Amino acid sequence: MTATRTSLKNLKGENAAIYAKAKKAMPKAPRLTKEQADAFGRELDALREGVLASRGAADAAYIRRIIALQRKLEVAGRATIYAGIVFPPALVVGSLTLGAAKILDNMEVGHNIMHGQWDWMRDPVIHSSKWDWDTAAPADQWKHSHNVEHHTWTNVVGMDKDVGYGILRMTEQEPWQPRHLLNPLNNALLATFFQYGVGVHDTGIAEVRSLKGLRKLSPANKAKLKAVWNKVKKQSLKDYVLFPALAGPFFAPVLAANIGANLTRNLWTYMIIFCGHFPDGVEQFTAESVKNESRGQWYLRQLLGSANIKGGKALHLASGHLSFQIEHHLFPDLPSNRYPALSKEVQKICAKYGLPYNSASLARQFGTTLKRVVKLGLPTKQDLKRTFAAAMA
Amino acid sequence: MQPQSQAGPRTLLSRFTALTDAFAYPLRTSHYLELVNPLWTTHALQAKVVSVWDETADARTITLKPGRNWRSHRPGQHLRVGVPIGGMHYTRTYSISSAPESEDETFTITVKAIGGGRMSHHLVRNIKPGDYLPIGVPQGDFYLPDANPVEPLFISAGSGITPIMSMLRSMVAQERLPHVTHIHYAPHTYDVIFGQELQALAAKHPRYQLHLIYTREPGETASQKRHFNPEILNSLCPDWGTRDTWACGPQGLLDTVEAHWHQAGVARQLRTERFRAQVAAAPKEVTAGTVRFTASGVTAASDGVINLLRLAEDQGLNPPHGCRMGICHGCDAKLTAGCVRDLRTNALLNEPGAIVQICVCAAAGDAELEV
Repeated sequence: MTATRTSLKNLKGENAAIYAKAKKAMPKAPRLTKEQADAFGRELDALREGVLASRGAADAAYIRRIIALQRKLEVAGRATIYAGIVFPPALVVGSLTLGAAKILDNMEVGHNIMHGQWDWMRDPVIHSSKWDWDTAAPADQWKHSHNVEHHTWTNVVGMDKDVGYGILRMTEQEPWQPRHLLNPLNNALLATFFQYGVGVHDTGIAEVRSLKGLRKLSPANKAKLKAVWNKVKKQSLKDYVLFPALAGPFFAPVLAANIGANLTRNLWTYMIIFCGHFPDGVEQFTAESVKNESRGQWYLRQLLGSANIKGGKALHLASGHLSFQIEHHLFPDLPSNRYPALSKEVQKICAKYGLPYNSASLARQFGTTLKRVVKLGLPTKQDLKRTFAAAMA
Repeated sequence: MQPQSQAGPRTLLSRFTALTDAFAYPLRTSHYLELVNPLWTTHALQAKVVSVWDETADARTITLKPGRNWRSHRPGQHLRVGVPIGGMHYTRTYSISSAPESEDETFTITVKAIGGGRMSHHLVRNIKPGDYLPIGVPQGDFYLPDANPVEPLFISAGSGITPIMSMLRSMVAQERLPHVTHIHYAPHTYDVIFGQELQALAAKHPRYQLHLIYTREPGETASQKRHFNPEILNSLCPDWGTRDTWACGPQGLLDTVEAHWHQAGVARQLRTERFRAQVAAAPKEVTAGTVRFTASGVTAASDGVINLLRLAEDQGLNPPHGCRMGICHGCDAKLTAGCVRDLRTNALLNEPGAIVQICVCAAAGDAELEV
């Protein structure tokens, strides 16, 4: 944390005016007084406790069913891909089925189990400390960058690395630089290779801008990169060597189908995750604004910093219930199957306190997210003047 | 439950599994075999309930068919059994009541529903054939040695009969039943688990001397007198001091027996198996206590309010942790003994082996954590 705080301070020293302007763009006064926020927090705490007390056999059966479904889908997807050797359209169906299996593994199963949502079952296997998933991010690294940093410091610029993943400019608080013109391209690359982006999220590599910086990477971060690499090797061996090799002369079509499955998963998870915190109406915060934050104020920030996606049951399952991003951020360790019901209660509480509840269609949420990517990639007049002045000096 | 990793020569099968595991990464082949038959898994040992049999009104024998990683037990050993109740996984230890010499690769546990015991009630009342239970492998050093004991003495009470039954059945199956004296305590005639089998055994084998003592049956002797005491022992088995003895039963019986053998200076001939209370008594209000962090060997005094993470840090420890507010599970640690209180809900946790979020839990009385 100290490192990011310092960098924010430096930024302030360098570009005090821009920083001040960015701060102005932030909500000027908190929406609730401290007392109101505490009352708001108590109501959410009560909701939370209601769910904690009622977790039971039906919830346990749910996650076991989804885990079994995920594995069956995976087997079915791979089998269908092989059927594609004799009946080519099956390649596409198989690839999409395998993609769906990987999405389930990634979202509803892996993400949520590693959040500790199912730890209460005390199952020796289905537990956040034991689980691993079929993505490049090693479980322990992801649990740190996601559960600790992102969920504690949600949308606090400089503290939550999910704001731009170190390569995109996703906030006005970050001064514009010419490299940000690549925002749309970097965004497309991040979406395509999303699992690797998430994979190296905790290693500090995304902040490296030069070869020198790469050499200066701390030993701890180098060890983390090595762990990522070990995982990527084994995943690639499986999807890009072993399974295609099993098809003998039909290596190439099976390889293509497997690449397609991973791409499907990458694009989908990227889209869902970006819809969580970047659509229009979602607020960002400064390190100063979260100083001495109370629990109630933390809840408030989670609400204002997240956005939901409206849709049917299939969308909710496929998004790992991150279509209820608000509920997920208020209660990250409650079982995901409870978010739909919680959502109704949270909306009632929000209405009571006059708070916004950002929920819209996938098209709207993703559309405004892409708009932000493009818009923040382009300079304003002032940005241009400043860049020009700096270049002259 | 996680079976111990198998060290040993690389067999053809293990080489093959290593290859198929590469296809299943990051899972293992076993995770997919589980879809077909839970007994084929190697990543978690499970057993299928084959049949249930009521021994008495409140004791039931459950026949279990264990999965692939099972290894046979020694007569007298116990195992951990996991039971899901309300979606939660509870673990208890039960003695195996069958002999290892079983032909159909099954074994039995015999469970008595004890007052207030949620787990035992569930096992006795709700478990049905076709259910799967997570199990551990056989453990414990309360077992018959390979060399037959010359004239063993068995002392058992209530469901403490189970490991003894395994020993008796094993010796009968191997046709090497020596001169045995067996003193068994039960409240009433109808409470004797395996009562008919024991008596049939005694009728068939004169070498097997069975003494059934009913502690609550109406009769002339005051019921207190019928509990274990030196006079009864001397009258039923005068040469007890020279015999290898196995005793299993409630705390009170074992305490008396151990004291008696110790006094006589023959404690080395006595082997006991205790049914330790797994659940610590939950205190009614905030209780100060001592917390032991086992991994670092540090002990600290707790006022029952300070969270365990702070307490550890005040002692100079630096346990892994994250948000410090109970959301990220970065500080999860295993509770090995005692009781902790969730500061958020005031819920008490006293299950040994439970994972607790130390940043939002305080000790309730004494507690021991793997930190």
